[in-house]
Amino acid sequence: MSFDVERVRKDFPIFQREVNGHPLVYLDSANTSQKPVQVLDVMRAHQERYNGNVSRSVHTLGTESTEAYEGARARIATFIGAASPDEVVFTKNSTEAINLAAYSLGQMLRLGPGDEVVISEMEHHSNLVPWQLLCERTGATLRWFGITDEGRLDESNLDALITERTKIVSLVHMSNVLGTVNDVSRISARSRAVGALLMLDCSQSVPHLPLAVGSLGADLIAFTGHKMLGPTGIGVLWGRFDLLSQMPPFLAGGSMIETVTMGGTTFAAPPARFEAGTPPITEAIGLGAAVDYLTGLGMEAIHQHEQDITRYALDALSSVPDVRIFGPATIEGRGGTVSFGVDGVHPHDVGQILDALGVEVRVGHHCARPVCSRFSVPAMTRASFYLYTTTAEIDALARGLDQVRKVFG
Amino acid sequence: MLDGLYQEIILDHYKNPHGRGLRDPFDGEAHHVNPTCGDEITVRVSADLADISYDGLGCSISQASASVLYELLAGKDAVAASEIHHAFVELMQSRGQVEPDEEVLGDGIAFAGVAKFPARVKCALLPWMAFKDAAARAGVDVGASPEVKA
Repeated sequence: MSFDVERVRKDFPIFQREVNGHPLVYLDSANTSQKPVQVLDVMRAHQERYNGNVSRSVHTLGTESTEAYEGARARIATFIGAASPDEVVFTKNSTEAINLAAYSLGQMLRLGPGDEVVISEMEHHSNLVPWQLLCERTGATLRWFGITDEGRLDESNLDALITERTKIVSLVHMSNVLGTVNDVSRISARSRAVGALLMLDCSQSVPHLPLAVGSLGADLIAFTGHKMLGPTGIGVLWGRFDLLSQMPPFLAGGSMIETVTMGGTTFAAPPARFEAGTPPITEAIGLGAAVDYLTGLGMEAIHQHEQDITRYALDALSSVPDVRIFGPATIEGRGGTVSFGVDGVHPHDVGQILDALGVEVRVGHHCARPVCSRFSVPAMTRASFYLYTTTAEIDALARGLDQVRKVFG
Repeated sequence: MLDGLYQEIILDHYKNPHGRGLRDPFDGEAHHVNPTCGDEITVRVSADLADISYDGLGCSISQASASVLYELLAGKDAVAASEIHHAFVELMQSRGQVEPDEEVLGDGIAFAGVAKFPARVKCALLPWMAFKDAAARAGVDVGASPEVKA
């Protein structure tokens, strides 16, 4: 399979710019991805020619807008292998999708003392804090899987952790820090056996892996548009339709109702039930265009390219003295996100020196402080890759790390 | 451009910090964290400012800044400490527009370059804000500092 990364890069205007006098080396796609001209053009064209509010206008612009918005939903549904577009709920981002699920499931299940919610130590704060708050509100108990020294989910106590008391299991599919892709088959089977619902935070996996919700074994997943070539402000909650249709609303207002009287309200069917107010219309259409772009290249080809880049990066980083990689050391069961430390140099200083060379990496605790604590460091440096990443950019990172060691040596 | 940020003085203080380590006795203590990066510092202050002790985890800028703070403020009276504190905070808020006074700020003038990196200003200020809280708890008022903007 030939994947022409140079041709892909031509679609991304941002790669024409320099940073601090050096060509931009963007290694922060796990944070947010860059956008191809195909996405930018669709969003601009929509605003210039078709703008109207959705789902409520009989006029031409409103109809065209609604068609574009719902068309995006349908293409996103196909992209993740959903049974129907009605299983795709638009949200602001993954965080809102998970908050929606936590609030609504808590109500639906009448969660209370004695019930348990299971997450893991590997979670982004967005799949951790909403469940902490749900447990605080309801009196339920929060429990979690640990992380092994290799950066894998520690499933050794699976049967003790997920029991008949467990009502909800919510796990990260691919770690935003360690790059680990969790094989959730055993956890899914166990959840099913005890009657618990399984949610997956797919913020880092949907953008990078061929994925079909039908074979994941999950009841709900969350992901966000801006990490998959789309704009900010648009995310998705996918759920099995029969589950969504039992879930009570989260945000209330316009568009999510069936009938409203002064005495009470009945609610629309999903997905409208969960989309109160005017949604981010242009952003949803932009995400639809992003999905078209990814589909055009093929997720299998994109994944293969990222595997090649990740293998190259793991080799390159292992050969830099004083560098320690956190997370799986080989590309099996991991994606293109590599966190590391440089002995004796704080990640902020690493990131600052790399930035002076045009190399953009993320530093800090990556909104996953427990992961840093697990490896006894206050922060990490993270390089993350995407379909446009080249081996030359990995070389620039390695050269930058030599410079870091020179300044702090 | 990095020369402005990583002055030799800053790297020296980072590699060989002055006065580091928490000591007794003390009259006020404060623990501050930078929630976006996880940097932490604990500062202890005696009521007469005879000793200021600290310990922390963080980048070269925040840790060197703590070392410089110790050098500049330990053993000063409250009036002098206030003047220096005010001058340092003002320098860090200046976006590089203020010419630092070496008479007042000593090694602290090396941080003038940091003021041009908005993402790092909070690193430099972390120990100074913790000091101010610790001093207040020890009954020492170092005065109003210029408004700290994120």
